[in-house]
Amino acid sequence: MAKRTSIAGRTIATPLILSALLLAFALLAVMVGSKPFNQTIIDIFLRVILVVGLYVFVGNSGVISFGHIGFTCLGAYAAAWLTMPPMMKQTLLPGLPDWLIALQLPYWAGAILAALWAALWAGIFGKVLMRLSGIAASIATFAMLAMINTIYSNWEDVTGATSSVVGIPILRSIWPFLIAAILAVFIAWGHAISRTGLALRAARDEPTAASASGIDLPRERLIAFIVSGAIMGMGGALFAHSIGVVTPDTFYLGLTFITLSMLVVGGMGSLSGAVLGVLILSSLIQALRWLEAGVSIGTSTFAIPNGVQEIALGIVMVAILAFRSAGIMGNRELGWPKARPVAPATTGQQQPELNKGVSK
Amino acid sequence: MSAILQILFDALSLGSLYALGALGIALIFGVMRLVNFAHGDVIAFSIFALLWPSVDVVARVGAGNLPWFLLIPFVLAVGAGLSVLAELTVFRRFRNASPATMMIASFALGFVIRYFLLMLYSSRPKSISLLPALSQPVEILGARIPLLQVITILATVAILFGLTSFLRRTRFGLEMRAAAENFTMARMLGVRANRVIMGAFALSGALAAAIGLILGSQTGTADIQMGANVMLMAFIATVIGGLGSLPGAVIAGFLLGAASVVMQVTLPIDARPFRDAFVYGAVIAILIVRPQGLLSGRGTKERV
Repeated sequence: MAKRTSIAGRTIATPLILSALLLAFALLAVMVGSKPFNQTIIDIFLRVILVVGLYVFVGNSGVISFGHIGFTCLGAYAAAWLTMPPMMKQTLLPGLPDWLIALQLPYWAGAILAALWAALWAGIFGKVLMRLSGIAASIATFAMLAMINTIYSNWEDVTGATSSVVGIPILRSIWPFLIAAILAVFIAWGHAISRTGLALRAARDEPTAASASGIDLPRERLIAFIVSGAIMGMGGALFAHSIGVVTPDTFYLGLTFITLSMLVVGGMGSLSGAVLGVLILSSLIQALRWLEAGVSIGTSTFAIPNGVQEIALGIVMVAILAFRSAGIMGNRELGWPKARPVAPATTGQQQPELNKGVSK
Repeated sequence: MSAILQILFDALSLGSLYALGALGIALIFGVMRLVNFAHGDVIAFSIFALLWPSVDVVARVGAGNLPWFLLIPFVLAVGAGLSVLAELTVFRRFRNASPATMMIASFALGFVIRYFLLMLYSSRPKSISLLPALSQPVEILGARIPLLQVITILATVAILFGLTSFLRRTRFGLEMRAAAENFTMARMLGVRANRVIMGAFALSGALAAAIGLILGSQTGTADIQMGANVMLMAFIATVIGGLGSLPGAVIAGFLLGAASVVMQVTLPIDARPFRDAFVYGAVIAILIVRPQGLLSGRGTKERV
């Protein structure tokens, strides 16, 4: 026990610094006080939740997952089922059971249940998928995402198929999103320094030695999968409350790749990398959007043509990866100056196992 | 009888597309362990090359008006050229990067290509009439089969034969197979790494362009999203087939095509909209039973 508190003591700096950073973004939004900017910051917090959720599994296990946005989809629709006015559910989603139609919960209760719902499915899928490793696991998680997407795109009277489900209460305040993002950071940190998180990272870096030391890899992966599934589900619920509309295709390949990119550009093996990846790339996207809309310098307006935003984003991502192939943070975490990092930098050891094919 | 024949041809022509896509991905994975997510965008880029040099809102087919014996080499060269350019400007810098990093870099590159096309041509699909003579049906044993399906299948078979003999009979093919098997060893024995990788990219780009040609004449439109679906299925086929195994990729491509078509016909009406869910469920089942793929490539097994 004593040992564990000392790990927590040594590493608590990371979530605290990251929370302070997120708080700074929130205060910035309050100071600017404009509605669109507020929404921008909310979007950033949502992505922080999703990428941190992704980190819990991908970062600790080294297995790239393309499927986590499926849990976001589950969470978003669960939030819609739980928080929409019963009248609207009656017309839009008549296939729901009667008790669910009659139910209308506040958003926070809906988000908690959505997280549990996503975690339940993460457990069911994970039980099957976590026996796989490397690229086979990546593809299997993608197949899971595509299954969820196909079912939600076609199950007319329960999910409204591909048409938008409207009428979800919209949250305009920034604080619920900030609190959820900080909560996600602390859950991720708590998982990373727990016994199972350490075992999982050990197995990521040295699979043979870890299994020789009695680590049950599928079990540790399953735990990470469920924890990250819950965070993704919570993120999905809040996503639904941020825009008030859900469609299955919101939660498909586009969101999958943008969140994965943010994680890898930030540094796959590091919680700080996950958060910084989101903050840096989101700020860049926002800056380019402003340029696209036009910036007046003196009397003349300067604007870049439409489409340049995405192209520039792609080029910057390639450039960052070309110069820092392990991402901005690599394997390190933010800490107090001179404090010991969580995971000693073991560059070269942290080869994700894509190239190794399959372990038994 | 004719219904069965129709299903067979549907399955074969869909499978052909997946197989060609899977080959393009497996070729590159074999030599540099890169899962190339930009492949789908190379397909789209090749289709849009038919509209060159016009970028008007209303599609004016430019290069697409060439006679077929010039058109086909032109499009193949565009695909190969773009692919080689990608290797020279981007992937060359990622030789020692982890596969995850390379994957995201390829995705970012695909993003750049896609939005470049979007900037020039906008997102609305453009109608192109490419080789309209091919949409005539032909009668085979009482079944009316679109001529294009027959040509698709024949072209795929020809490409497969050509590629096989290229890989088996030429020195370059030998080097490529050696590099796919054990890259470091091949380099030590005098295989020039950059040349082999560039060759793989050129071949893969030409295959992508071939898919672009087939898709373009099948649908009569040029659409930026076009490559994405084929790429996903091809990617899955590559993994099911056993990463790095070219025959495996082809077999799995045809298998996926057959599974999609057969499920479309045999599933009960209520379940048909969910067909893809069943296909992906089958993918998971195959991976659970054979995680290393149907034919696992040598050199991809984990060594302890």
